[in-house]
Amino acid sequence: MPTKSIHDIAASFSRRGVLAATTGLLLGLASISGAKAADDTIKVGVLHSLSGTMAISETTLKDTILFLIDEQNKKGGVLGKKLEAVVVDPASNWPLFAEKARELITKDKVAVVFGCWTSVSRKSVLPVFKELNNILFYPVQYEGEESERNVFYTGAAPNQQAIPAVDYLMKEEKVKRWVLAGTDYVYPRTTNKILEAYLKSKGVAQEDIMINYTPFGHSDWQTIVADIKKFGSAGKKTAVVSTINGDANVPFYKELGNQGIKAKDIPVVAFSVGEEELAGIDTKPLVGHLAAWNYFESIKTPANEKFIKDWQAYTKNPKRTTNDPMEAHVIGFNMWVKAVEKVKSTDPDKVIDALPGIEAANLTGGTSKMLPNHHITKPVFIGEIKGNGQFDVVWKTPGLVAGDAWSKELDGSKDLIGDWVGKKCGNFNTKTNKCLGSGS
Amino acid sequence: MPTKLSARFCSFVLSLFLIAFALPAFAGPFEDAVAKFANDDFSDTDEAIGVVAGSGNKLAFPIISALQDGRLMADPDTKKVYVTGTDGKSIDAATGEAVASVPDSASAVRLNNRLRRSVDAALGSLTLQSPDLVARLQAAQSVFKSHEETALDPVEGALAKETNKSVKTALGEARAAILLFKSDATEVQKLEAVATIKARGDQDALALLSDIGTDQPASVAKAATSAIGSIQSSLAVWSSVQNAWYGLSLGSVLLLAAIGLAITFGVMGVINMAHGEMVMIGAYTTFVVQEVIRTRYPALFDYSLLIAVPLAFLVAGGIGVLIERSIIRFLYGRPLETLLATWGLSLVLQQAVRTMFGPTNREVGNPSWMSGAFELGQITITYNRLWILCFTLAVFVILLAMLRYTALGLEMRAVTQNRRMAASMGIATSRVDALTFGLGSGIAGIAGVALSQIDNVSPNLGQSYIIDSFMVVVFGGVGNLWGTLVGAFTLGVANKFLEPVAGAVLGKIAILVLIILFIQKRPRGLFALKGRAVEA
Repeated sequence: MPTKSIHDIAASFSRRGVLAATTGLLLGLASISGAKAADDTIKVGVLHSLSGTMAISETTLKDTILFLIDEQNKKGGVLGKKLEAVVVDPASNWPLFAEKARELITKDKVAVVFGCWTSVSRKSVLPVFKELNNILFYPVQYEGEESERNVFYTGAAPNQQAIPAVDYLMKEEKVKRWVLAGTDYVYPRTTNKILEAYLKSKGVAQEDIMINYTPFGHSDWQTIVADIKKFGSAGKKTAVVSTINGDANVPFYKELGNQGIKAKDIPVVAFSVGEEELAGIDTKPLVGHLAAWNYFESIKTPANEKFIKDWQAYTKNPKRTTNDPMEAHVIGFNMWVKAVEKVKSTDPDKVIDALPGIEAANLTGGTSKMLPNHHITKPVFIGEIKGNGQFDVVWKTPGLVAGDAWSKELDGSKDLIGDWVGKKCGNFNTKTNKCLGSGS
Repeated sequence: MPTKLSARFCSFVLSLFLIAFALPAFAGPFEDAVAKFANDDFSDTDEAIGVVAGSGNKLAFPIISALQDGRLMADPDTKKVYVTGTDGKSIDAATGEAVASVPDSASAVRLNNRLRRSVDAALGSLTLQSPDLVARLQAAQSVFKSHEETALDPVEGALAKETNKSVKTALGEARAAILLFKSDATEVQKLEAVATIKARGDQDALALLSDIGTDQPASVAKAATSAIGSIQSSLAVWSSVQNAWYGLSLGSVLLLAAIGLAITFGVMGVINMAHGEMVMIGAYTTFVVQEVIRTRYPALFDYSLLIAVPLAFLVAGGIGVLIERSIIRFLYGRPLETLLATWGLSLVLQQAVRTMFGPTNREVGNPSWMSGAFELGQITITYNRLWILCFTLAVFVILLAMLRYTALGLEMRAVTQNRRMAASMGIATSRVDALTFGLGSGIAGIAGVALSQIDNVSPNLGQSYIIDSFMVVVFGGVGNLWGTLVGAFTLGVANKFLEPVAGAVLGKIAILVLIILFIQKRPRGLFALKGRAVEA
């Protein structure tokens, strides 16, 4: 869930000046970074906020990487070396993300970085990763429309979460009328644009789509819930597709519950509500509302059960939940380990070239594969909220869905593909046979 | 005795006859349907619900209601289905015989939203004649929503026997809904149905009338269109009533969050950026109180908020006094330093709470008397908002009385209005300062108890209220409690009338712009007062 923005753009510009001045020095440093960084350990960077507003989501991911490194070291590490985590705290502050990324790569000489949650933090570190040529694994579902050489996207693209969820509502719940409700920032806006185009291509009329945006941390949902109720009383089956940001969800669901909107009347399908978010709500009034993810804690597979057991033992908390971005980190981490072992080096260039085609088991019983566009294949599950804060999977895609870097529903991007294997290009236009390059 | 013999013979033949027919009946449609529950397939379950509900079997009601509550257990291996009663005893769903225990391999039959609707519709026609008034009313409502033709006979049967007036109305509406969608109902029946539904006049009625389709007789379609028009215009009136209520409710939340600040900033003139964190501390106090109650005295859960209120006041107030003594008192008269110091303090407090309680949201439950809603005309009023409004007004009145009629209140006003003279009169001004700041913080803590009911309990809770709180206090007039009251309700109502027109994001921006313009015109806010804030 790429989120939160207060002062994102300004600071990344102010840093440009410093950037230019030190580029020469840093390039020099970059060339000796990476593989030759340490003698007996391989350093792994962890770039997740441990304080500030995003700590609520990102702290768990930091713990996940530490847990994975611990497990890998028990198996003897990678290439005969132990892995060593370097944890930094970018404090939910987007410019600080870039600063900390630079610190990780140049000072600590990490071989790979696992990190970021919000899209703006990813965009903020992008130039650093390109310039210093390192690898970022990004584990959160996001709005797509991006494919970068140095970034591997292990979260869902819109076609791996939003579109299958809408398909489910259309087929199973016979929904004819749609409320697209979101927090006002890039992820919901892009996702809703894609969904609107998709719904219209399926013959849904403009007057049957209501789009609503709310500010961050919106806590007074009375009017909007009443509007949804009103919109839903036009005689056609109505559903809400929610891209509401994590924090605002608790008051939203509380208001739904209090105003008596039941899932069987107007179901809400959410893309940002997982096991962790539900931990703060009494879920009994919400039974039946839906969420679309690539992973649910409640999925019964041997791999998942083992993972949950080990994770709870590692964190010494028998109630600690697991969630979708955690699984993305598990897949990404294992892919990176496999790629490093394949090329017998942690050199970023070699690893980046080796990663596409690498397969790693996901926790739900399938095998995910890294694609040439640096996204992965994932199964899609629709889960219903249960009274105990977990999800009951009611539907899943028959096979794995390949992540599209560029949405096929939007006019601006339907001809684009990302292909870092054949075309060596993140935004290749298949109509004109041209690579747009980094300009777009 | 030939007659006796022949009678015996007859009964023998009869019983043979019965057995011959009864045997296949044991694996009849009802039993087959029940076995389908064990398939763990949503379509099979849906079919089974229909057959069981329509079977007339006396087990139908227990099975379907068990399904609704997750008490219907199915064993996928043996295809046996069991109903676990609310008393913990179980029966075999196909035969009704008691079983000692449900095997471990059995799990509750799963539902999705489509099935929940089927269950509701099925239960609706099964409970139409239940002895329980609430159950009958609910049944009538769910039949109204599902309006399936099969329910017509049960509804008419129930209607003939019903004596309660409101259930009778509901049943009449349910009957009208069925007739309206019944293809072979006469035109007269349908016109009557439209009139009945029009009289109901709510959004469900509107939904039903909008959904009648195009194959209706022209007169019915016309009546429906005019009914839709009249319902819509009456709902439009109600919607402005509803906006006003939402505005009051939002205003009460704003007032609650700001009222503590009206003391620390308004009366004392301290720009207290850590005010939001006092609210957060109050919310976390509620969480701790609820945790203790949950684990030790679960029966007291409904009183948890009443217990939390004084505790939150003491905890937040205590921390407030501590802050005043250790930081703020060195910074009086230096607003910029105060601002920076309290801002830093707010970050420290946030991170402290994050370290102690973890970064994720904490669950604070609603006591039963604060959950749900009731209908007033065509508007929905939720209990939690209503209680918060009452609570806010109570806090306001108590605070006002305290400042007006107690010795501490008198000293506070004296110190803020003229510190030197107050000191000359023998008032320990620094003690009063500490207590005033503690009072403001304590009230913020109380606000946290109420806000925990409608918002996230997370370390960031306070941040979302700090700007709004300052806005209210500045708009209302620094140093005047009445100004804060009027300011909060004005902003709340204005916001809620703007929101449907401009959307939540633009609405908020518009309010900010309006306040800026207003402050240009009246820099001291709605009600200006003299105090230290003025002198500074």
